Amino acid sequence: MERFLQVVVDGIADGSVYAALALALVLIFRSTGVVNFAQGEMAMFSTFVAWALADAGVPLLLAVLGALAFAFAAGMVVERVLIRPVEGGNPLSLVIVTLGLFIVVNSAAGWIWGFNIKEFPALFPGGVAEIGNVSLSIESLGIIAVLLVVVGLLWLLFTKTPIGLSMRAAAQSPSSARLVGIPVGRMFMLGWGLASLLGALAGVLVAHRLFLDTNLMAGVLVYSFAGAALGGFDSPIGAVVGSWIIGVTEALAGTYIDVIGSDLKVLVPLGIIFVVLLVRPSGLFGSPEVTRA
Amino acid sequence: MTALLEIEGLTASYGQIRALHGVDLTVGEGQVVALLGPNGAGKTTTLRSICGMVRASGRIAFRGRDLIGLATEKVTRLGIAHAPEGRGTFSGLTVTENLKLGAYGRRDPEVRRDIDRWLETFPRLADRRDQPAGSLSGGEQQMLAVARALLSRPALLLLDEPSLGLAPIVVREVFDVLARIRAEEGTGMLLVEQNAALALELADAAYVLASGRTVLSGPASEIRAEDSVRRSYLGQ
Repeated sequence: MERFLQVVVDGIADGSVYAALALALVLIFRSTGVVNFAQGEMAMFSTFVAWALADAGVPLLLAVLGALAFAFAAGMVVERVLIRPVEGGNPLSLVIVTLGLFIVVNSAAGWIWGFNIKEFPALFPGGVAEIGNVSLSIESLGIIAVLLVVVGLLWLLFTKTPIGLSMRAAAQSPSSARLVGIPVGRMFMLGWGLASLLGALAGVLVAHRLFLDTNLMAGVLVYSFAGAALGGFDSPIGAVVGSWIIGVTEALAGTYIDVIGSDLKVLVPLGIIFVVLLVRPSGLFGSPEVTRA
Repeated sequence: MTALLEIEGLTASYGQIRALHGVDLTVGEGQVVALLGPNGAGKTTTLRSICGMVRASGRIAFRGRDLIGLATEKVTRLGIAHAPEGRGTFSGLTVTENLKLGAYGRRDPEVRRDIDRWLETFPRLADRRDQPAGSLSGGEQQMLAVARALLSRPALLLLDEPSLGLAPIVVREVFDVLARIRAEEGTGMLLVEQNAALALELADAAYVLASGRTVLSGPASEIRAEDSVRRSYLGQ
């Protein structure tokens, strides 16, 4: 039983990392209608920025905040320079642009920082917290706490502030948003900045566990994708819950099903994506627009 | 004195296809002007040109200021509100959120009071203030579109077929409110409407478009008496 709880908490922690990146995917999907395949690579690049800052002697917390700020700015620039020209056109062009971005960002990171694996400093103290008989990793608890805070902040932003409301309006109907005076382009830029920041957060949270190299986020992206698909691509809550389910399922399957072990774990998200697409394409929380003629 | 809205020689195209070939019309301060004409005459395109939603040339002046080439969101902030075809409400957002968005760009402290006021004017919206706009009936959505447009405190309200798809009794309700708004606020209106009889009842003046051109204009009473209009649009 103790072992089970530890595995579940570790699973939720992994799921929280997937959730941060899944939220980024959902944010962009809701405004552009496409999945940003480069989301993981942009996150990896920002994680390298954090590593480089820390490596240059900047205190870790500042290095992370600096990388998040970098990610936010870079996300806005990407939207303005690469996405805006093809937005509203053929969705396929957008997909191609994000795939191109994937390759460019990945190569750029390798060119700047090399392809060797780097050790990323731990954000949380090692060791465990004893709760009754259960020893829970402090890192896992920390990651979960960070995600919960971020989700809370996002919720406040989107439901309680005028700017959040404007962003939702712009995502939902750009033409109506313009008619009430919302600068839609600027809202999309903000959305991309925010998504990029969330991805970077996933990157710095996971980099200590996975070690840092240019393929840091490739696996995470698959899990986040599965989480978002399971929760529903248009639902932020769905992205979080879906990612948690993926994280826990993955951890449990890896621990308790011998055949799967750690080598075949990646089959879990792929299997879940497959089943969701088959049984309920809109996901657990995603729903078709509420309309009444 | 400059007119509220002056349009001269307006042309507009969608890609290669030219939709307007020369529209002229004027809306005075506080005036209600009806824009009539058959389907495809260019009524909606005229409204869209004013709001910078379609590539247009010619002259569109709002209180003397040229609007051609101005981005939609900037036109809106000058004091023009557009309740577009299909109503343009945010179906996934609640009634209250839609109204708040109508006041986008207003920084004065009276937004709250204005929202309450329009909810009072449209009690059926008040009952549904926390429901998504997409779950409202057609009439309620039209009222929401009008209320939202008015929350920007516009000097000019553009209305595209407010009666479309509504039951006659609901149409009556909507037009009663429009008449009240004109009387109480002095808001100028440019009203595109299939229901010419209804539009001419409310309007001070009217323009008739055909094939993208202004073909007839005058005070509403004269237009109503015009033979061709009676035959084509009033069914008399």
